[in-house]
Amino acid sequence: MSQFLQQIVNGLSLGSIYALIALGYTMVYGIIRLINFAHGDIYMVGAFVGYFAFRAGLPLPLVFFLAMVVPALFGLTIEFFAYRPLRKRNAPRIAALITAIGMSLFLENLGILLFSPDPRPFPRVFTNEPIHFAGGVTISIPQILTLAFTSVLMISLTLFIRFTKTGKAMRAVSQDAEAAQLMGVNIDRIISITFVIGSALAGAAGVMVGILIPRIEPLMGIMPGLKAFVAAVIGGIGVIPGAMLGGMLMGMAETLVTAFISSTWRDAIAFGLLIVILLIKPSGIFGSSSRTKV
Amino acid sequence: MRKGEIVTLIGANGAGKSTILKTISGLLQPREGKVFLEGEEISALAPHQIVARGISQVPEGRRVFPELSVLENLVLGAYQRKGKEHLNELERVFELFPRLKERKNQPAGTLSGGEQQMLAIGRGLMARPRLLLLDEPSMGLAPLLVKEIFAIIREINAAGTTILLVEQNAHMALSIAQSGYVLETGEIVLSGSAAELVRNEEVRKAYLGL
Repeated sequence: MSQFLQQIVNGLSLGSIYALIALGYTMVYGIIRLINFAHGDIYMVGAFVGYFAFRAGLPLPLVFFLAMVVPALFGLTIEFFAYRPLRKRNAPRIAALITAIGMSLFLENLGILLFSPDPRPFPRVFTNEPIHFAGGVTISIPQILTLAFTSVLMISLTLFIRFTKTGKAMRAVSQDAEAAQLMGVNIDRIISITFVIGSALAGAAGVMVGILIPRIEPLMGIMPGLKAFVAAVIGGIGVIPGAMLGGMLMGMAETLVTAFISSTWRDAIAFGLLIVILLIKPSGIFGSSSRTKV
Repeated sequence: MRKGEIVTLIGANGAGKSTILKTISGLLQPREGKVFLEGEEISALAPHQIVARGISQVPEGRRVFPELSVLENLVLGAYQRKGKEHLNELERVFELFPRLKERKNQPAGTLSGGEQQMLAIGRGLMARPRLLLLDEPSMGLAPLLVKEIFAIIREINAAGTTILLVEQNAHMALSIAQSGYVLETGEIVLSGSAAELVRNEEVRKAYLGL
């Protein structure tokens, strides 16, 4: 039993990482119907910014700040130079998708060029001394930090989307972009903001993963990016609570499978989960079935 | 168009009525010709800049945001207005459409067709436009509701908003408009005061079914 509880805690902290990345996928999809395949690499950028910031001896809050701002600028720039020109020319969606894959390869190879392909140890920021809880569950300080900061980010995002003017405009654009423009919403601005928020969340996840699993490399974004995308689809792509739940489910499933079955089944379960969900509810857990407009 | 009037644009399906409205609102770029608002050319502006100049459009098919509440839909209509100055407008919209006030916390997608049309018009008014573009406000509504909606359009106009009304229901449109244009396959074939158009033989045959 305590073993099970322990794995739940581990699953939640891994799930936090997936959920934070999945949010960026789902928000961008919700606004411009694009699967931004460069998003996993934005998370890698966050991890490297965190790495250098820690090595420079910056305090933790500043590290997180930088590791969110720099990826946000990357997201903003990629949107502006790669996706926006396509949108302005009414390019088909497949062109944007291929561009996204291109941007992903670009970031990965830029990372290899600048930082070499070798993995590097992330600076140890916290003691490894775990904290013991009743029932034999232990939680490490990095895990506590991950869970706490993820909660703060998710609650802030939810409040922002729900109550601010910009949040309402984002929801309006995702439901009917043309009608939102007729309300005076500057759609380019909303798209930029969406990329900024999504990339900042991925950047935060990058630092957290560096602290949790102290090892980073330029290609570290590929697999988590893919799994976070799957998590977003499982939760219902375009739906924000769906990405949160999907990410947590994904982290939980992986951890439990590794602990109780075998770690070789870990990736199979992630994608198996996708197949099962797509068979039962193709639009994802929170997704509404196709809203075709008359 | 003259200030303070209701001008109507009538014509059959595919005549280009909605295209004209979309071009005015900046959703489409004119292939030729220019759009002017009180002497200023607005053809190349983005939709949000056109809203800022006082032109609101109530699009065809209502296009309310189905998953947002009635209140959120209305607040979005006042997207470009600062602070709390939209609250007066909200009061006015609720006076025009008391039904919306009763349902203000309901998702817009759960409203009936007539209520959605009221919401779409109310949402357009929230920006306090100088010129309101209405695209087929009678579409898909029961005759009694159409009468109600048109009475409200007249009321909005009486309060000082200039209106460009696109309608297939030429009879209703000409009954409240001061002047009108008849559009056929993208070209204006007739124009004049509403009274002249109602008397015009061709209009009577083609659009009024008389």
